[in-house]
Amino acid sequence: MSDAMNNPANSLLVQDARTAKRNAAEKRFRFFGIAAIATGLVFLVILLTAIFSNGTGAFQQTFLTVPVHLDETKLDKAGNRDIEDIKKVSTFGYNPLIQQAVFDMVQAQGIETPFTKRGDMKALISASAAAQLRDEVIANPDLIGQTIEFRVLATSRVDGYLKGRVTRESVERDKNIDAEHFDLVDGLRDAGIVKKSFNWDFITGADASESRPEQAGMGVAMVGSFFMMLVVLLCALPIGVAASIYLEEFAPQNRWTDLIEVNISNLAAVPSIVFGILGLAVFIQFAHLPQSAPLVGGLVLTLMTLPTIIISTRASLKAVPPSIRDAALGVGASKMQSVFHHVLPLAMPGILTGTIIGLAQALGETAPLLLIGMVGYIASDMPDGFLGGFLDPNSAMPAQIYEWAKRADPAYYERAWGGIIILLMFLMTMNIIAVILRRRFERRW
Amino acid sequence: MNDMRIVRKDVDMNDTKISAKGVQVFYGDTHAIKDVDVEIRDKTVTAFIGPSGCGKSTFLRCLNRMNDTIDICRVEGNILLDGEDIYDKRVDPVQLRAKVGMVFQRPNPFPKSIYDNIAYGPRIHGLAKNKADLDEIVEKALRRGAIWDEVKDRLDAPGTGLSGGQQQRLCIARAVATEPEVLLMDEPCSALDPIATLQVEELIDELRENFSVVIVTHSMQQAARVSQKTAFFHLGNLVEYGDTEQIFTNPQDERTESYITGRIG
Repeated sequence: MSDAMNNPANSLLVQDARTAKRNAAEKRFRFFGIAAIATGLVFLVILLTAIFSNGTGAFQQTFLTVPVHLDETKLDKAGNRDIEDIKKVSTFGYNPLIQQAVFDMVQAQGIETPFTKRGDMKALISASAAAQLRDEVIANPDLIGQTIEFRVLATSRVDGYLKGRVTRESVERDKNIDAEHFDLVDGLRDAGIVKKSFNWDFITGADASESRPEQAGMGVAMVGSFFMMLVVLLCALPIGVAASIYLEEFAPQNRWTDLIEVNISNLAAVPSIVFGILGLAVFIQFAHLPQSAPLVGGLVLTLMTLPTIIISTRASLKAVPPSIRDAALGVGASKMQSVFHHVLPLAMPGILTGTIIGLAQALGETAPLLLIGMVGYIASDMPDGFLGGFLDPNSAMPAQIYEWAKRADPAYYERAWGGIIILLMFLMTMNIIAVILRRRFERRW
Repeated sequence: MNDMRIVRKDVDMNDTKISAKGVQVFYGDTHAIKDVDVEIRDKTVTAFIGPSGCGKSTFLRCLNRMNDTIDICRVEGNILLDGEDIYDKRVDPVQLRAKVGMVFQRPNPFPKSIYDNIAYGPRIHGLAKNKADLDEIVEKALRRGAIWDEVKDRLDAPGTGLSGGQQQRLCIARAVATEPEVLLMDEPCSALDPIATLQVEELIDELRENFSVVIVTHSMQQAARVSQKTAFFHLGNLVEYGDTEQIFTNPQDERTESYITGRIG
């Protein structure tokens, strides 16, 4: 006691050199840990800010709301509302009607403009507007002869002007539109004719040609991705789980199973484009499955996802305490009963986690799709029914984003970011479903 | 060791239930059990004692072929249950384990309700024709497991929510629910406190009326308290086998004497 008082080296109140050193090391490590997490968070914030600041614009689209007179003499010369006759009128028949409507509106609003012909309005109106109006008339021929309020899709330049992407200076050398058109747009905007509104077509629509970014949407690619994920889930989950259960619970431990094990781990590290070329050779050239089909894409992604699912399933089977297996065998359950009644339910949450990681990987994969023709394909229509979803040529979300990102028009750049937002939302939905399922299966032991 | 209580009980000289002859067990290259001969009698509690790693648990697991689940384990010799070789090629270990139940060292209830824990065995063996039958089996098993009064109001509660001692009695009830003829217990009390141990020991004594019980234990006092026959294992050999009273009061072998007096082990 008195020794400790006299000799500070023995006192508990004074840190000795060793303890101080150890504490300093711990402090350093904690600092590094916090720094690492902070760095990660900063990058996440930068990433999300970039995505949302660049991409939210794609969810807004500019429309001109004008009354369009559907002239009977132009659209239905015979006047008998025969649907076949109406279909014969192409979009060339509708364009003048829309241009006239916009021109009349400009005149009515008394906006000062050097433009004197209705044809000058073309720069404001998307080439898709006529097609949309035609679809509407074909769906409801009774509209002919009436004047209807129609939301005319504006061109991407006008859209860009309202979003601040396009300026008067930037269009000086643009053949499609002049600075004077923007004076018109200003006038129409002040009158409430030109407005941005939520762009459902971006979420539900199909891709468009290079010159019409205002019409392009993610919908069809989303359906393509959905059907691919369905194929992956239906193939990879049962095959992966069955393989893991066999390897983990039934297979004898010998050189063969070791070899299989090593190869499965190796497969997980194979570059995805290799699976793509395998898919091209086996599924398309050998098995003659249709090109660009989500079925083929799904099968290729299944090959890619299988190792992930097998590895995680085996890990979660291994994590089930052996006492549970003993307990089941001890009351006279067969091997299979003990696996399916007791081990598998306990491993289920882990299996689901592995599956969702595999699916998420597959969802974002672009490289293998390059080789089976799902990149660059412009799917302009929704697939035909459920079976068509598997077999009709389609694209996938990441392929669509890649496609947009490489197009020249800056309006597509915005859409690529918007596409990423949709992709992330899709992924989040999948994850939420997995979390809910996991909650259901999770059991304490 | 002087305060060791020995419960004097008459050993029923019933028929032999399990008869092992020349049993050898190898784990890979390790010779774990060396030439063991033992006769286990019906409606008797037989205790296997010995220091850690002496092979008593290994030998116990041979009796219902639980060692089959270990790839590198190899069993030689004959083990006869009611005169039939349980290692015969025609014997399905699953069928055998329905006759020879097992209770493990750590309580290992299924992560299911108490009811389902007991009902699982009878269900897979098709012992119950209907729900009422099954209810009856569950109640009977829980009563035999001396746990009925504690859980009868919460049969739907998870079995894993019980205390350690209750879990172990639940596992014993689960083992007896399939109406086995032999009950193997691998250190059933090693994870329990003294009170729970006492309850399980009383239970073992009651189970003797219906089953042949083989219990592996570390505790010599426990062997002395619950068993009528005791086998002493040392380094894979069965050193001595006889009436419990004789083993503890008048051991024939020097090693047995050293062990029970605490000089080795």
